[in-house]
Amino acid sequence: MRVRAPRHRLKVFAAVAMTGALALAGCGANEDDGSDDDKSEVEVFSWWTGPGEADGLKAMQADFAKKNPGTKFTNAAIAGGSGTQAKAVLASRLQNNKPPDSFQGHAGAELLDYIKAGQIEPLDEFFARNNLYSVYPKQLLDQITYKEHIYSVPVNIHRSNVLWYNPGILEDAGIDGPPQSIADFITALKAVDDKTDKVPLSLGAQWTADHLLENVLLGSLGTDAYNALWEPGAVWDTPAVTKALHEFGQIMRYTTLEAASTDWQGAAKAVVDGKAAFNIMGDWAYGYFVGEAPNGLGKKLDTDFKYAPSPGTEGTYMWLSDSFTLPKNAPHRGGAIAWLKEVSSKEGQDLFNPKKGSIPARTDGDKSLYTGYLKYALERWTSPDIKLAGSFWHGVTANNKWHTDIDTAVGLFLQNKDVGKLQQGLVNAAKNSGQ
Amino acid sequence: MKTADGTRPVRFRRGRKWLPGLLLVSPSIVAIGLFVYGLIFWNTRVALSGKHDEVSEYGFDGGRNFVDLWDQPSWPGAVRNALVFTAVFVAGALLLGAFLAFLMDKGVRGEASFRIVYLFPMAVSFIATGVVWRWLMNPAPPERAVGLNQLFDKLHLGALANDWWQNPDWGMAAMALPAVWQMSGYVMALYLAGFRSVPEDLREAARVDGASELQVYRYVVFPQLRPVTLSALIILGHISLKVFDLIMAIAGKQIITYVPAVATYVEIFDRHDPANGATIATYMLVAVAVLVIPYLVWSVRSERVR
Repeated sequence: MRVRAPRHRLKVFAAVAMTGALALAGCGANEDDGSDDDKSEVEVFSWWTGPGEADGLKAMQADFAKKNPGTKFTNAAIAGGSGTQAKAVLASRLQNNKPPDSFQGHAGAELLDYIKAGQIEPLDEFFARNNLYSVYPKQLLDQITYKEHIYSVPVNIHRSNVLWYNPGILEDAGIDGPPQSIADFITALKAVDDKTDKVPLSLGAQWTADHLLENVLLGSLGTDAYNALWEPGAVWDTPAVTKALHEFGQIMRYTTLEAASTDWQGAAKAVVDGKAAFNIMGDWAYGYFVGEAPNGLGKKLDTDFKYAPSPGTEGTYMWLSDSFTLPKNAPHRGGAIAWLKEVSSKEGQDLFNPKKGSIPARTDGDKSLYTGYLKYALERWTSPDIKLAGSFWHGVTANNKWHTDIDTAVGLFLQNKDVGKLQQGLVNAAKNSGQ
Repeated sequence: MKTADGTRPVRFRRGRKWLPGLLLVSPSIVAIGLFVYGLIFWNTRVALSGKHDEVSEYGFDGGRNFVDLWDQPSWPGAVRNALVFTAVFVAGALLLGAFLAFLMDKGVRGEASFRIVYLFPMAVSFIATGVVWRWLMNPAPPERAVGLNQLFDKLHLGALANDWWQNPDWGMAAMALPAVWQMSGYVMALYLAGFRSVPEDLREAARVDGASELQVYRYVVFPQLRPVTLSALIILGHISLKVFDLIMAIAGKQIITYVPAVATYVEIFDRHDPANGATIATYMLVAVAVLVIPYLVWSVRSERVR
């Protein structure tokens, strides 16, 4: 806090800044000196408006208010799943040099455009000052480091490689348990198709096919080869990738006809409703399954559905993470740093994650707060022999251009079913990404 | 100005009659100049800039982008989709609208309420239409069917059930159905007004000459409605070339229903490639201009004749 005198000026300033006056907002930002930064308020930009996540944000906000009584918190959340709308708004704000004080982004390569455009600041000093290097898993920090700098503070972890299945349908099809490899998976899908009248694998709109693709690639290639696909100069036209894509094509044959008309909820719901045997979706599906109506389905783990790592990925955690950033020229830099401290803290993460249905990115979260699937997820996340792989679809390993081009290649594949063209599309996507 | 100049030369010079008029229109001239033509200029500049990310400077790549775009795997499909959609939508809405107007013109009891019923879909936004039709046109097989397929199934017309917009070849034709539903009432209103403006004695004369009712329309009424048809064509055509909200509401950003407007959005906001987005926007502007400019030329000419 500065001296008393400018207090009412600050208030006026706050009001003006609220109406979005660019010039004044620019004046508030100090360059480097941490102590002199404007801490009067903080505007936090996210897409957490849905059930669970909005509650989690509120809980973290309350804790923040307790620790920072002088800072006014503005929640600038914009609705829309996985942030599609929010990112469009954010892009125009950043281009107009009117950044929020901190904004949400998937940790990893999704932030590369912001980094290269010089729109967000490196946070190495913040990590060092708050001793964060030791509380996050080293593999996680390695995977979000770009040219030796870290640019965001992860608050939670979701898992992408989860296979959800309906135990009753598996029994009818004579399958003992969740398939352990891609080959087993294809056999199981065929068994469901032959022996029952259920959908073997439910699928939603095009992006859920991208999600399926990353799981098939991971399961077929193995963790190291999968991770290598996203390194600079990676080779995509190998026989191993061809094999994985053929498997992807085979799996796609067992999916729902009406996939394009449903989003992930509809596809996931088919499993717990006993209409489909399998679904591969991130672990946010768990909250949707067990949550109470109207936002959840009120289903029971083990009777209505079960989970397993997606085929061939046992021992690997394909992660994605929501994180917060420090935009360059943030109007209230002090407030932004206080917010980042909150989201990186054990208390903040333990308040947020049980509500959101994810686990803390820190390894020292309070284990008693996480039950059911989340208990299992946290155990795996903190297990010393777990391997980490970044989810490309959810922004960890591929930048926006690469991500969109893979989506296009997959979208074209859904129509022409041509594995050769798909692989060529993926090779080109990697080459043109400029990552 | 010319007519004012010609009729009242004295007052024009003395009273400066043009000044208030100019003051009145100048804000809109400035606004249109800035926000329409200024932005068109800016868009073209970005399209020619070769700025394929947010960081690099605006350069000039000599229009390479307009050629390179055709090598993008998603682009030819987007153009094809837009053409199929336009053909089905424009033809469908024109025919249905003209047919409804024809029926109405024959004198239906309760015409006013029919008119409202047919015109009403136009009051609904494409987004709302899309949400409903997304459900109606769900291609699920009989055991999971909803919407139209379920209706067909219940009516023992299961053979009519199909995969609608998810058909890889002609899906875009199905995508045009909601748009036809929405806009045909408007076309009907245009035609109905046109029909009513054809003097009754012309029709009488034709009937006396022994023309059948259909011939009256074919040879007497419709030939006089060319301006109406042309306006309807232009209005429908530019809606359809720019269609965005309907597609986003029904299918979202999926390749199977990719159209230029969706491609613009994806290029700018998902791929972070301003030059490509602007190039597509320019192509769309040109496509609409090809429709609109001949119409403007034609209407200016016919006004001069009058």
